[in-house]
Amino acid sequence: MTEALIFDKVEITLAGRDLISLDRSIEPGEVLTVMGPSGIGKSTLLAHAAGFLDPVFAARGRVLSGTTDLTGLPPHQRRLGLLFQDPLLFPHMSVGENIAFALPPELHGRTRRRQAVATALADVELAGFETRHPATLSGGQKARVALMRVLEAQPRALLLDEPFSRLDAALRDQIRQLVFAKARERGLPVLLVTHDRADAEAAGGPVVDYG
Amino acid sequence: MLRLAPVLTLAMMLGPVAAGLLGTLLPAAGYVPVLGGTAVSLEPLRMFLTQPGIGMSAALSLSTGLVATFGAFAAVVVFTAAFEGTRFFRALRRLLSPLMAVPHAAAAFGLAFLIAPSGFAMRLLSPWATGFQRPPDLLIVGDPLGLTMTLGLMAKEIPFLFLMLVAALPQADALRSRRVAASLGYAPVAAWLTTVLPRVYPQIRLPVFAVLAYATSVVDVALILGPTTPPPLAVRLAAWMNDPDLSQRFMASAGAMTQLGLSLFAILLWVCGERLAAKLGRLWIESGRRSAAEELSAALSGAAMVMLAGAMLAGLALLALWSIAGPWRFPDALPHHLTLRAWTMHAHAAEDAIITTVAVALPVVVVAITLALACLENETRDGLTVRHRSLPLLYLPLIVPQIAFVFGLQVLFLTAGLHDTLFAVALGHMVFVLPYVFLALSDPWRAIDPRYGHIAGALGASPTRTFWRVRLPLARKAVATAAALGFAVSVAQYLPTLLIGGGRISTVTTEAVALAAGGNRQLVGIYALLQMLLPFAAFLLAAAVPGIAHRHRAENEATA
Amino acid sequence: MTIIRLLSRPVRGALLAAALTLPLAPLASRADETVDPADWTDVLAKAKGQTVYFHAWGGEPRINAYIAWAGEQLQQRHGITVEQVKVDDTANVVARIVAEKAAGQESGGAVDLVWINGENFVSLKKAGLLMSPGWATKLPNWPLVDVENKPAVVTDFTEPTDGQESPWGLAKLVFMHDTATLTHPPKTLAELAEYAKANPGRFTYPQPPNFHGSTFLKQVLATTIANRSKLSHPVDPASFEADVAPLFAYLDTLHPYMWRQGRAFPQNQPALRQLLADGEIDIAFTFNPAGASAAIAAGELPDTVRTFVLDGGTIGNAHFVAIPFNANAKAGALVLADFLLSPEAQARKQDPAIWGDPTVLAVERLEAADRERFTALDLGIATLSPEELGPVIEEPHASWMVELERAWNARYASQ
Repeated sequence: MTEALIFDKVEITLAGRDLISLDRSIEPGEVLTVMGPSGIGKSTLLAHAAGFLDPVFAARGRVLSGTTDLTGLPPHQRRLGLLFQDPLLFPHMSVGENIAFALPPELHGRTRRRQAVATALADVELAGFETRHPATLSGGQKARVALMRVLEAQPRALLLDEPFSRLDAALRDQIRQLVFAKARERGLPVLLVTHDRADAEAAGGPVVDYG
Repeated sequence: MLRLAPVLTLAMMLGPVAAGLLGTLLPAAGYVPVLGGTAVSLEPLRMFLTQPGIGMSAALSLSTGLVATFGAFAAVVVFTAAFEGTRFFRALRRLLSPLMAVPHAAAAFGLAFLIAPSGFAMRLLSPWATGFQRPPDLLIVGDPLGLTMTLGLMAKEIPFLFLMLVAALPQADALRSRRVAASLGYAPVAAWLTTVLPRVYPQIRLPVFAVLAYATSVVDVALILGPTTPPPLAVRLAAWMNDPDLSQRFMASAGAMTQLGLSLFAILLWVCGERLAAKLGRLWIESGRRSAAEELSAALSGAAMVMLAGAMLAGLALLALWSIAGPWRFPDALPHHLTLRAWTMHAHAAEDAIITTVAVALPVVVVAITLALACLENETRDGLTVRHRSLPLLYLPLIVPQIAFVFGLQVLFLTAGLHDTLFAVALGHMVFVLPYVFLALSDPWRAIDPRYGHIAGALGASPTRTFWRVRLPLARKAVATAAALGFAVSVAQYLPTLLIGGGRISTVTTEAVALAAGGNRQLVGIYALLQMLLPFAAFLLAAAVPGIAHRHRAENEATA
Repeated sequence: MTIIRLLSRPVRGALLAAALTLPLAPLASRADETVDPADWTDVLAKAKGQTVYFHAWGGEPRINAYIAWAGEQLQQRHGITVEQVKVDDTANVVARIVAEKAAGQESGGAVDLVWINGENFVSLKKAGLLMSPGWATKLPNWPLVDVENKPAVVTDFTEPTDGQESPWGLAKLVFMHDTATLTHPPKTLAELAEYAKANPGRFTYPQPPNFHGSTFLKQVLATTIANRSKLSHPVDPASFEADVAPLFAYLDTLHPYMWRQGRAFPQNQPALRQLLADGEIDIAFTFNPAGASAAIAAGELPDTVRTFVLDGGTIGNAHFVAIPFNANAKAGALVLADFLLSPEAQARKQDPAIWGDPTVLAVERLEAADRERFTALDLGIATLSPEELGPVIEEPHASWMVELERAWNARYASQ
């Protein structure tokens, strides 16, 4: 069962200057959209939550998943699923290996893991794509593999950093719907950082606009 | 003219290697009439194989070379996996960069001064902790299994492999890969090994081969730290090549060919290891294991890097101290007094050696840089990259063991009437300097945005003007660094300088090894220091060349 | 000469094929390069302005300084420039000359004068790679050489020099001990073995084929072989095993009690001396009877070190300078060789503060002023008087050294 993602009085400063702050709880299945033009530091919120904040920034406040304080944990123990502008599929792994890489280690047995990979791919209409190389996929296919890779790692929440901005218009809407549908299906809290109002509208959740 | 550059460059690098190999192969096949060998036969090989302890020597070369290379590689890789992006990592990177310029012989002397039973470490502990009033009878330096030699090679190769790895990281998209893997729950070492290493390894593979070939055929480090009963193969070969009994020359040549085979065999073993590692890697990726003994790997690799870097630095400091030491008897931790006596006594000889060293290195570097730039500019104008085909060729002079072709090369220069000249020595150095200069220059050059050139062309600049006014200024920092590296490589050459120069061309490196025979620690200190200071000076000069990025920053600050 | 030149042609052809089209070195010697030491005025005239490349072991700073001094004198007196090419092993020089021969270089060679003796000399002499006919006995200073009492100056490891090398100095094996740790050193090899057994790890010798290491082997061989006269002849392969059996029996008992249990060896004599200086070993040895005094003067050994010899004598020999067949500056090399024989140069060389190498001259035959140069020398606190040095055991035939080194290597350096 998933829990809410809570930004508890998070404030990020750069060289003593206030950059951005957020004090909100994102409920399971809810999408919180953070809007604003580029350069205002909205991505630093995401980096802070994920544990990648550049040391030039200073951050106050806590990030929690339910009652679990994530702030002090190393990135790999936070279990927050990240989607970037680029799908970032590992070029040295096949499509199937990219998914298998994300499956929890507790899922034992070669057959069961391969079955899980097959199910995940079929889930986004890519059944039988296991042995394909990422470079041979279309943009939409890559985005779908990247999504399933994040989801199969069973994250506590999703952090989306302008994940649709590099897709062409026709594809963008389709992937957007898919991502939000999958997140809702799994009851994941989602933090979406974007400068595209259409993203916010499609998300249908609350919007924090720094614009 | 420009179109000839690639051919000329390859000829300068590979011509001497090929010719030298032939010059070694003929006597190996028994064919040197002037020494009484007129028929092609396997007799030299048979003689070589029946030498007492030859199997042990070969096994030593193979094992020390493989273990040292693997040890250095593993330390560097696991350390980078565990610490990339941390302040500790950046600190060590700054520390190791200058150590790359330290010649092997100097590093080996430093290590010996540190860890020998009469060395500094034992002096520090004696007699209060050990009770030793005299050095203990411990077989540390020159142990029969070559462990100390392996350690010395490891310490020396770590800075090289580390910097090659760090340079290749941006091309492997290391930062974002690690973040994706971390968000999927992978701990740092596991994340790096599964997502960065497979992509970065192809970039450092040839440097690893070069290290492997070097470590399996090294002479100078083996002379200083290696076993002698029996010594590794290359040391015995060098001795036979210089044996007054002339018939040994055939056997030595057959041995040199065997050495070539041995180094290639080591590479073959390594390639098998690569295959195995790739298989295991696939299994790991499929299993989804999220950690790789994270704390242990971090602790071990961190300790190994700090200790080896520390040992090298301490060794170098000891060289400096010995060069100004008065009487310094065991177990005194410090010399009785300091004196410049050794320096003043040898200032004149040292000055000559420095002048010769620079006189060889400077023209070599200028020509190497010119050739490399000509090749790269030619490539830019043609708009095609030949890197994948030419890269292994570039590494060839670094992968063929020196001893296998330098002897043949010596005879060649004699035939051409070029022996003993600075020119011949410079040509010999060129074989080794060119690849390094080319490697150091090619990536930064290819990274220059081609659109600058297109814009310049659109503004009416001729290709020549575009080169001089646009691309070259953009690459000047890289040119300076490549030149410094080339200089360092030239300074460090021992075997080619000695054999091709006929002993008349005395550089600081040949002087250091010749004087080392006398065992005088003050002198060893002086020449080993000079060996280091020359490349350091070159790198300092290179560091003073402002890069374009710096100028931008300065301008931005000025306008802000 | 012609035959070798013909034989070398195929090699040249093959190398040429390798080098594509590199030009050949000039083949014929030029007539003006022939010099006759009997016509010394002509030699001096030809030598003026020449540069002599003197290939000499460069591991001892004191010797390098001495050679530099000789170079300055030649520059001042005869307008000859001397460049010392510091080599770490004279065998390299032999290799060099051979390579030049292989490449057909009959003149203008890299080596003008080489410091040499023993095996290296025999190699070059047998291969016809030395300047001939013999020239040493025609040098102006030759009459001063003490051929009668120092037979080693004309017989190098039982090989007659035939005037193809000129004596430079004498060497005799002497042992050193630090009186601070060892007051009564062993006087025989048997006592040495007992001492080692009682004090493990405190004795060693440089690893053969290092010259000093091989000399120690010869010392043991000369002491243990049943019939010492065999050593003046080439090795008899049939009896070699039996001849050296007592030697190896001795070493077999000694090695386990040596420094590093005989599993590692210092690589040369200065390294051995350094071990004595560091207190790692109690006994070292040198071929220079004044070596200990000189090292004390230079601060390389503590002043408590003294010299001793073994009862029954120790190995002694002479060292020489030779001119290769294709030397570029033969006249200059002759002048340098002659200068090195002068009473002035010889006396300076014998001064322990400079070098400490015994002279090859007959001091009593010198003119009073020159004799005074020698008698005025302070030989140093650790140098034995000529009487104390004891009898000389002559060097065995060079073939013994080759075979000993081979047998030693097979037995101890090839586990």
